[in-house]
Amino acid sequence: MIGYYLALAGRSLRRNVVLTILMIVAIAFGVGASMTTLTVLHVLSADPIPQKSDRLYYVQLDPKKLRGVDESPEPNRQMTLLDAQNLLKAKKADRQALMTGGNAGIDAQRPDLPPFPLDDVRQTTADFFSMFDVPFIAGTGWTAADDDNAARVCVLGKALAEKVYGSTNVIGKTLRVEKDDLRVIGVIDDWRPVPHFYDLNTDTYGKGDQLFLPFSTSLQINVGHSGSTNCWDEHTDAFAVGAPCEWVQFWVELDSKDKAAAYKDYLIAYSQEQKRAGTYERDPNVRLPDVMQWLAYNEVVPDDARLQTWIALGFLLVCLVNTVGLLLTKFLRRSADIGVRRALGASKRAIFLQLLVEAGVVGLVGGVLGLGLAWLGLWAVRHQPATYADLAHLDMPMLLSTFALAILATVLAGLLPAWRGCQVAPAAQLRSH
Amino acid sequence: MLQMTQVSKVFRTEVVETHALRALDLEVTEGEFVAVTGPSGSGKTTFLNIAGLLEEATSGEYKLDGVDITKLGDRDRSRLRNEKIGFVFQSFNLIPDLDLFDNIDVPLRYRGFSRAERKKRIEEALERVGLASRLRHYPAELSGGQQQRVAIARAIAGGPKLLLADEPTGNLDSQMAREIMRLLEELNAQGTVLVIVTHDPEIAARAQRNVHIVDGVATDLERGPSLVKKAHA
Repeated sequence: MIGYYLALAGRSLRRNVVLTILMIVAIAFGVGASMTTLTVLHVLSADPIPQKSDRLYYVQLDPKKLRGVDESPEPNRQMTLLDAQNLLKAKKADRQALMTGGNAGIDAQRPDLPPFPLDDVRQTTADFFSMFDVPFIAGTGWTAADDDNAARVCVLGKALAEKVYGSTNVIGKTLRVEKDDLRVIGVIDDWRPVPHFYDLNTDTYGKGDQLFLPFSTSLQINVGHSGSTNCWDEHTDAFAVGAPCEWVQFWVELDSKDKAAAYKDYLIAYSQEQKRAGTYERDPNVRLPDVMQWLAYNEVVPDDARLQTWIALGFLLVCLVNTVGLLLTKFLRRSADIGVRRALGASKRAIFLQLLVEAGVVGLVGGVLGLGLAWLGLWAVRHQPATYADLAHLDMPMLLSTFALAILATVLAGLLPAWRGCQVAPAAQLRSH
Repeated sequence: MLQMTQVSKVFRTEVVETHALRALDLEVTEGEFVAVTGPSGSGKTTFLNIAGLLEEATSGEYKLDGVDITKLGDRDRSRLRNEKIGFVFQSFNLIPDLDLFDNIDVPLRYRGFSRAERKKRIEEALERVGLASRLRHYPAELSGGQQQRVAIARAIAGGPKLLLADEPTGNLDSQMAREIMRLLEELNAQGTVLVIVTHDPEIAARAQRNVHIVDGVATDLERGPSLVKKAHA
């Protein structure tokens, strides 16, 4: 019967073209606006590493003074270099990585390419690549021994390799960073986790890093630090080991919840030990959020993206209320037709389904048009100055969601009119027809 | 075929209670042609609506072809209405934006017949009422008499045992009215039970039985076989 209902829907919708267009346009605008903002929200709040986001944990300690500049009860968002180095040496997790963002001058030693500054530098330790599933197209990352020895090695991003050498086949070549020569041991493919979860102190939705080098090496060759630095006591050098300043990030990979619980116990014991040693003033105050918890804690999705989504959903609701009114008018106008069908053997259920299919057809056509409007809306978003603008693209799940939203919304909008329509008393209609 | 026992229908509003039917007892057997007469507002149409399962009685028992209607839900009542009953209305009640084929197709769709079966029945029904050549015409392109013949074709396409007609000639001139009555009587002669609600004494006179309703009270005026019936016999 669905085929019959579809044919009846087509006939009915053609009967009053203006009303039909009004309904379709209302749905299309509501769906288009909603899908534009939902797509942006979807991109911004996506799990950046779904295959292991529940096994990667960010480590937070609280070495602040009890009284002073920062009396927040929250543990720090970053770590002191001393704590990070202690945790790295302890190797209590399956994998661990210390890191910070940086910037450096690059000298390609080519007459046609003058030295240039590079902002996308990651100073980190050996496990970084395996922890975050960084995709290599040539070579590998460095080893823990390279970290210990401050080896003069580096890994390049594909874009930097092509810019400097015109190729990604560059293993063994030398790259001059600041004033030191580093040997290229790996090249990674385009890699841009969205959001940039492993370091939210730099651009949350920015481009991926292009130069990776051992943290120990970066300290020796004076690569610049980028990101925030917070200090809570007097100091002469914020970046020195033992300085009361937080500026590095520390991630661990733990393969089970039991290991995560054990690692948290270890962090508490570590904090107690630091307090006993007089390094910490506060009682143990540690956190170990996984990737999605860390993103939620940092509220990475911009407030305006959420606000726009709520406004668009409100607009969709207004469009749907209008559609309910139009469908109600349309269906009740057909009371005579419904009365005849009931007399000829249609059950209330059959009439209800017939009218609901008609609402669904409006939703489907509105969805197609809404998809076009969403595409147009996302095009407009991509031309905004926001850092996430270039990420606003419809992917397959959102494309399917657009149709699902349009049909679901219209069928929901059709429920009341269809129910009212199927309640038409046939006897009254046949008498008055 | 149709058995009503103590059937009553009361329409209630906040201020008034109208007794449209009062304790109606009526039995119509296989092959009968019954005319239901009475003044306007007497309850004739209410009787027809209850008989056609378009309205529920307030009280009493109604059996259609042996099935107790009072125990059925909407789905079963609709199925029974579709299978057992054909309707012919005074104002034809054809669906204006469907052509004749699709109009007659409506009850057959709800019956769940195959495409081929529906086509066969529609063509046979239109042939029966003499409009086989107008298959793809729309109701507005036909005269009143032709529209009523289409309505009859639609009513009989599913092969119902009971034909309920509400003033089937009320909107027609006398010649067309005679044509329609001849058609209905032919159907009755072939075994379809015919119940006609009418003001027209001429039609009433052609029926085997007259049931007269006044103020919701029915009187069964037992008559002998109608003249037409005798003629057929």
